[in-house]
Amino acid sequence: MKIKLGGTEIFYTTGSGHSDSASELVLFVHGAGFDHSVWVMPSRYFARKGLSVYAVDLPGRGRSEGPPLSSVDLMADCLAEFILQLNPGGKQVTVVGHSMGSLVAYSLGARHKDKVSKIALLGTSVPMPVSDVLLNAAEDNDHASIDMTNIWSHSSTGKIGRSENPGANNLLVGQRLLERAGDGVLYSDLRACNEFDVGQMPEMELPCLVIVGEADKMTPASAGISVAKNLAQAEVCALSGCGHAMLSERPNEVLDALSGFILN
Amino acid sequence: MSDRKHKSPSQAGFDTLALHAGQSPDPTTGARATPIYQSAAFVFPDSDFAVGLFNIERAGHVYSRLSNPTNAVLEERMAALDNGVGAIVTASGQAAMHLAVSTLLSAGDHIVSSRSIYGGTHNLLEYTLTRFGIETTFVDPRSVEAFEKAIKPNTKLIFGEVVGNPGAEVLDIPALSEMAHRHGLPLLVDATFVTPYLCRPIELGADLVMHSATKFLSGHGVVLGGVIVDGGTFDWAANDKFPTLSQPYAGFHNLVFADEFGPQAFITRARKEGIRDFGACMAPMSAFQILQGLETLSLRMDRHVSNALIVAEYLNSHSAVESVSYPGIEGHPDFDLAKQILPKGAGAVFSFEVKGGREAGKAFIEKLELFSHLANVGDAKSLVIHPASTTHHRVDEEALLASGIGPGLVRLSVGLEDSSDLIADLKTGLRAVEKMIEKKR
Repeated sequence: MKIKLGGTEIFYTTGSGHSDSASELVLFVHGAGFDHSVWVMPSRYFARKGLSVYAVDLPGRGRSEGPPLSSVDLMADCLAEFILQLNPGGKQVTVVGHSMGSLVAYSLGARHKDKVSKIALLGTSVPMPVSDVLLNAAEDNDHASIDMTNIWSHSSTGKIGRSENPGANNLLVGQRLLERAGDGVLYSDLRACNEFDVGQMPEMELPCLVIVGEADKMTPASAGISVAKNLAQAEVCALSGCGHAMLSERPNEVLDALSGFILN
Repeated sequence: MSDRKHKSPSQAGFDTLALHAGQSPDPTTGARATPIYQSAAFVFPDSDFAVGLFNIERAGHVYSRLSNPTNAVLEERMAALDNGVGAIVTASGQAAMHLAVSTLLSAGDHIVSSRSIYGGTHNLLEYTLTRFGIETTFVDPRSVEAFEKAIKPNTKLIFGEVVGNPGAEVLDIPALSEMAHRHGLPLLVDATFVTPYLCRPIELGADLVMHSATKFLSGHGVVLGGVIVDGGTFDWAANDKFPTLSQPYAGFHNLVFADEFGPQAFITRARKEGIRDFGACMAPMSAFQILQGLETLSLRMDRHVSNALIVAEYLNSHSAVESVSYPGIEGHPDFDLAKQILPKGAGAVFSFEVKGGREAGKAFIEKLELFSHLANVGDAKSLVIHPASTTHHRVDEEALLASGIGPGLVRLSVGLEDSSDLIADLKTGLRAVEKMIEKKR
């Protein structure tokens, strides 16, 4: 589905569900260079549970128009407008973000409190530093940046396989998603992660779930746990042996954690 | 342009993937080998989880027609070896071909296919699918221009085999995929004769790859199976040609596969519709047997290729042989292309023409002892067939020639035996041909 935001067409899916002004709302925000499709299973689950689901492609990613937004706060502001358009009644939204999307969720929760009821941060770190090696490769649109992002996002088990999703080669799914992003998108996103600064933000008071992968090399579990410690109301779910690509490596456990947090 | 050099992290190599992809020691029993999950169905932890599995919210297994843990290891391993986002294993190679076609095409649609393909695939495209309203135009596999000229507004698929049958034409996958993509069409390639060890078509531009796993993938000739691999490269929503993927599907509560599943749209629809409804699934025991063969794929293929080259060169120098059609030897029209897309070798299935016509071909076959006379390829043992006296015995010579089969054409699948023994066996057969030629003089 598509809506126009300031002349830019934004694509989103609903998990095959239907929007209903009376129902709870969930907004899913993807990570750097990715798109809405990483959320397919949680989207379909919460849609079946009767929630209004929006798995969005940020501008310039997936099937959304426009250049990629250059900072996490600009992405958050864009999604605040997105929420307002799709939810004119002003009902508050649960925001779930993975990796860069977790920073967007954080920024939305801190800076647009009136629109957000709670946030779930998956594979997060605040700040979220990105190595020069990766940034330089992404700036040059070199495929090595896709390989670094993708391979480092998987645990050692995740790289060799045994997908919970029958027949899926998760490592290649991640690669194809990153390859689909246009030139400059991954660099823009990684730079936005690298430059995200929580220092000037209002204090986060919302209920928060932090899901960490204990084998995550991109955003180590210790970083996610630190984020949770600095929040007023946060719970942590740790996935043993899981890498940064937790949505594909452990889809059922991620869904269990989200279900407990969002539906209860 | 920056002149900085960037290095990708290392990834598991081909042989490591052939042994490990998709499987780790069983967490419950510690079994190192892939267990055979000989179970028709799988218990649901609770009702909500069951609904989640049916609604594609949860990962797991429901019923072995749809997926099975043993099959899933083979699927994931083949996807890894072929550089795809996912795979589905099927009851046979024919079932894999049918699954690919039926996932994309409907009545009124059209395929452009190489005319140099496996006879079973030819039957499916030429006769059976036409009954269901899907038509195919067959073209010269060496002419990308011929493929392009045959495209119609209702064309939905371009198809060919990496190495053609029986002429061993090599498909120019990079050029053909570029042309297909220019027309908004996907390229499906049958890579049965080469396996992912000799050629990875997705890396060359193909979008979908299929195999008969009965052949070199398993290598032992004791099992039937097929595989379809989705490269995850094709944008099914870029035009309106693929409504099965880009429009709501009433058979799954109006799910739009391309919208929700991104690069996994094709393989998800193939599982949620094609395997579900047509049901041509693989037995878990078959998946286990194919996995045993797959573990040694590269070792076997190297030997197949080196033996094939020795045999082809021997035949090429023999006075009773009219011609040899093996892209691995100089003089074959696709020798240079084979070097480019099949750098490790042009496989081990090829044909040659004995002098003396149909009777000479028959006499040759009947003298062979080490080569087994049967209708299969890709076994560890060497195999042979003479189409004019077997599969095409009812076809007159004019019609045979039109389909690229000479009366003295013999197809070999060169196995893993000692090459000297293979040459000795062929020598005996060719002596019979020589005697027949001498008698005619």
